[in-house]
Amino acid sequence: MRVFSTICVSHMRLAWRGGHSGLAVAFLFIAVTLLPFGLGPELKLLRALAPGLLWVVLVMTVLVTLDRLFQEDFEDGTLDQLIGLSLPLELSVLAKLCGHYLAVIVPLLIGVPLAGLLLNIAPGHLPGLVLALLVGTPALVLLGGIGAALAVSVRRGGLLTVLLTLPFYVPVMIFGAAASGAALDGAPDMTRLAIVGLISLAGVLLAPPAIAAALRAAIR
Amino acid sequence: MLKALENISAIYANPTRFMGLAQRLHKPLWALALLVLAYGLWRSLNVPDDYQQGATVKIMFVHVPAAWMALFGYSFIFFASLSALVFRHPLGHVAARAAAPVGATFTAIALVTGSLWGQPMWGTWWVWDARLTSVLVLFFAYLGYMALWQAIDEPTRAARAAAILAIVGFINVPIVKFSVDWWNTLHQPASVSRLARPALHADFLYPLLTMGVAFLLLFLALTLTRMQMEVLRQKLRVRHLLKNGA
Repeated sequence: MRVFSTICVSHMRLAWRGGHSGLAVAFLFIAVTLLPFGLGPELKLLRALAPGLLWVVLVMTVLVTLDRLFQEDFEDGTLDQLIGLSLPLELSVLAKLCGHYLAVIVPLLIGVPLAGLLLNIAPGHLPGLVLALLVGTPALVLLGGIGAALAVSVRRGGLLTVLLTLPFYVPVMIFGAAASGAALDGAPDMTRLAIVGLISLAGVLLAPPAIAAALRAAIR
Repeated sequence: MLKALENISAIYANPTRFMGLAQRLHKPLWALALLVLAYGLWRSLNVPDDYQQGATVKIMFVHVPAAWMALFGYSFIFFASLSALVFRHPLGHVAARAAAPVGATFTAIALVTGSLWGQPMWGTWWVWDARLTSVLVLFFAYLGYMALWQAIDEPTRAARAAAILAIVGFINVPIVKFSVDWWNTLHQPASVSRLARPALHADFLYPLLTMGVAFLLLFLALTLTRMQMEVLRQKLRVRHLLKNGA
């Protein structure tokens, strides 16, 4: 447990110190700022599209951060050390993913309500929207970890990671955006939220073994 | 049955033996594939026009078997990868890698013919119809798989990573299918749904099945040829390494 939290905290610290968390939030807001330029400043239109747009923007932001997950550790040899630990690699991986979530994704989620206001979502509807994202983002990080781990030995594998990861994001995106849309129509839809949560839970169980296998394949 | 299969797969685990078998199978398989394809095409071109869809219904004889092969190809890659990763069958990686561009091409054919068929039916080149959409996602899965092979230089490392992707990606296919179907019913009113499909008339069914068999044979022939190429490429690589190392 102690090793687990150490890995988690050190990943967080590196993300903070490298300015990675701030950059991701900046990316989110720049993407949101571009939307009215592309779509026009019509507030009604922006509001109608907002839940879907926010999901797309958030997915893009998460994708961009993924190459930070294992790439550096692979290059500087930290990964070899993780494999040698008493903690199973699957758990070390989970610890890193937790650290990534806390350091990079949580600031994004804090930024989302503000981004929602920019897209003309009524403040009363923001909690439902954030709830859907809160339930769905663990799945994004866990599934994205698979893509990042598979491409870890590829130099500048960022685009490859995106290509590998996108098919896995389709279900999360569909149910997550639907849940957010429902939140804007009034009551949040519990069934859709439950399905998104189920994907996240399944990800916690299934993604770490796949990631660990991919990392071992890259080391050997 | 299983035992017999195991024996056969054990015998042909040896690449040299496999090459011997492949050489003997190569020409008959291609001949059979082309023959059935010619027959299937002739049968499908002679089918009477549909009273609703006219001559465009003939696209079905290419579109539907291509979509079958798209799914078959991905399953083929999955089982080949599984045999390589779990049972350490030495030809598993070769088979999976060889089948990928073939399956991707059939997927692309399914997409293009679907779009061509949809144009007169729906009046637009692309409709976010549940089936077309999930086939599009499948196409991206194929691209990712091939890109991973391409990106990693070291062959054994690439093979393991690609096999893991194939296995995880295969689990993802039914989940994508389910969610895209659900999404489609959520967003599309019934008016856009396809023409009601009664059971296929025998006039259509037999040419369709013939084309299905032809595409399957074509898939196997192409994959076999590519597997031979892959084994030869590996031999060349080893020879090259030995020569340069000495």
